Amino acid sequence: MTVKVGIPSALLYFLYYPMWQAFFNELGIQVVTSGRTTKNILDKGVREALADACVPIKLFFGHVMAIKDKVDYLFIPRVVCLNRKTVYCPKFLGLPDMIRHAVENVPPIIDVRIDTRKGCLPLLKAYVEIGSFFGAGRRASVRAYFKARKTHMRYNKLLRKGYSPDEAMSILKNPGIKPVRQPGANLRFAVLGYPYAIYDSFISVNLLGKLRRLGVSVLTAENIHPFLLALQKNCNLPKRLFWTFSDMALKAAHFLFKQGRIDGVLHLTAFGCGPDSLLNKFIELEAKKHRNIPFMTLMIDEHTGEAGMTTRLEAFVDMVRRRKEALACRR
Amino acid sequence: MPKITFPRMGESWRTFKMLLEDLGNEVVPPPRPSKRTLDLGVRYSPEFACFPLKILMGTYLETIEMGADTIVTTGGVGPCRAGEYAMLHHNILKDLGHEVRMIVFEPPRLYPFNFIKNVWALNRARVSIRGIIALVKRAWRKLQALDNAEKLSHIVRPREINRGTTSRVYRKVLEWIDQAYTTEQIIEAEAAALEALRSVPQNPEREVLKVGIVGEIYVLLEPASNLEIEETLGNLGVEVERSMFLTGWTRDNTWNETIEGLTVKEAAAPYLPELVGGHGRDSIGNTVLYAKRGFDGVIQLAPFTCIPEIVARTILTRVSRDHDIPVLTFFLDEQTGKAGMTTRLEAFVDLLSRKKRASRRIVTLTG
Repeated sequence: MTVKVGIPSALLYFLYYPMWQAFFNELGIQVVTSGRTTKNILDKGVREALADACVPIKLFFGHVMAIKDKVDYLFIPRVVCLNRKTVYCPKFLGLPDMIRHAVENVPPIIDVRIDTRKGCLPLLKAYVEIGSFFGAGRRASVRAYFKARKTHMRYNKLLRKGYSPDEAMSILKNPGIKPVRQPGANLRFAVLGYPYAIYDSFISVNLLGKLRRLGVSVLTAENIHPFLLALQKNCNLPKRLFWTFSDMALKAAHFLFKQGRIDGVLHLTAFGCGPDSLLNKFIELEAKKHRNIPFMTLMIDEHTGEAGMTTRLEAFVDMVRRRKEALACRR
Repeated sequence: MPKITFPRMGESWRTFKMLLEDLGNEVVPPPRPSKRTLDLGVRYSPEFACFPLKILMGTYLETIEMGADTIVTTGGVGPCRAGEYAMLHHNILKDLGHEVRMIVFEPPRLYPFNFIKNVWALNRARVSIRGIIALVKRAWRKLQALDNAEKLSHIVRPREINRGTTSRVYRKVLEWIDQAYTTEQIIEAEAAALEALRSVPQNPEREVLKVGIVGEIYVLLEPASNLEIEETLGNLGVEVERSMFLTGWTRDNTWNETIEGLTVKEAAAPYLPELVGGHGRDSIGNTVLYAKRGFDGVIQLAPFTCIPEIVARTILTRVSRDHDIPVLTFFLDEQTGKAGMTTRLEAFVDLLSRKKRASRRIVTLTG
């Protein structure tokens, strides 16, 4: 029987799952995910996690509850820093400990610390360490790592082309079939926020799908080339934002506002999200300087209802569309 | 001449005022956070920013009204939000049309140049380097005196015979320390203050519970933000030991890590080996240490939505069970009411004294 490793489909899953899957598969380890978020998973998470945690963390608890009895190991790496500059939110840093100490009967957790600020080839070393959990030799792990990295790059390229993580993962699986995109979008919105909130269609109450149905094409921070984001430097601030995702979102906001090729900006934030309380204000202050691009904040939590979200989106889209038509007429 | 202000954290402002004035600045001392401070802060801060950010926002707006035009504060290197405060405060103040200067002190170990530049900017009297060191040493002594008086007040208050005596004496001795200027005077004032506190009529027979307080530094140090929890607990007959004092914290975070700091880290290691920013790890480590020292309970204070403390709280459930020590958490924000907090504290203290009595009974039965 092969060893089964469980990867909860939440948080970093949306950016790194293809890489992790490729790595484990190359070593002959079976990977199990908890699948899409369901009402049941969310309820379990809400029950298990601390009430003051943000909804993505509660959701992660729910996903852990959903797979913990089906696997031999749980893969929850302690991802501290991947770009030598910014770290992840403190909840990511303490994630393996929170799961270990707050959830009953969890299988052994693989919580390898990944921090690229120290030592040489820290990523490679971290993956060799992961491999050694399963008795894989150094050479096999290194080979698996390089193969996984290739997959990761292909995946990122697909994200940059505008595919959502779900679509990109299915393209990776069956390269022949590409999802059809319905044409007819006449508005372009930027949706800023964290990948684990935007792309989880259950918790974001299908925000992306709704926008598409309203005739809006969507741009996210993952669709922008990292080089263009890096050009934003510190966004006119004396210090960069500490957190990787927030830093990216703020840079994307600056880039898009400056470029001015979008019709509106939405910021999706979770109730009680620490980094977002600052990020949102910074984006808002920046939006004030660009009055031609409407900006709206959407807040989600475990109680967010479909109807309320639809109403707000429709109102915002209508407003932007009318404004655009009025401006076109005046010209 | 610029008028300087700084964040208020408990009684430490007396020291900073003295130090900045010695360096030749005009100082606008921050007033004690009041209802108005909070209202101002809440109005102009992001809704989900943590409580300290809102109080500081309000304090800055109030001191700007009083004429301050330069703010001295601390930075940080993350991942706790506090490190970005100064930046956000500055941007919001600019947005409101206040042209103020922000002098942000980053950790000197990592940014020595920033440190030197800031000291130079504040040193308007052009005191020599040796002079600055002497001034800082004297200020440090004063800070220690203030902390020592506060620590003693926590021990005396639960044992006082007439309720309120300790608080009254404490407020009086603070003025003595405040008036002291030279090092000799500070030492003298401190001795007198401690003596005055010790001579508060006490009842040595009274059964006193011991509770440790852990959590985020600002809400621990500023009584206005934690609704004077230490005084409330003292009046309930509880001796409080706070895990954090400014003198202790600065020592741990500027040059070298003390043995004390290391043990907190070691104590936390089995539960949380990673630094999660803020004081999340310290909360866990200190809880373990309090349990080992035989305290009756631990109270965790944290601002609402504080990320490191949420991580700590999740893990504290297990620590509490492993070490058999009750832990009560308060997530504080502008909505927290004193009456509700007192009720919860009374219930907690009740639980602790019952637990203590029950365990003593078991000891007498078996012993």
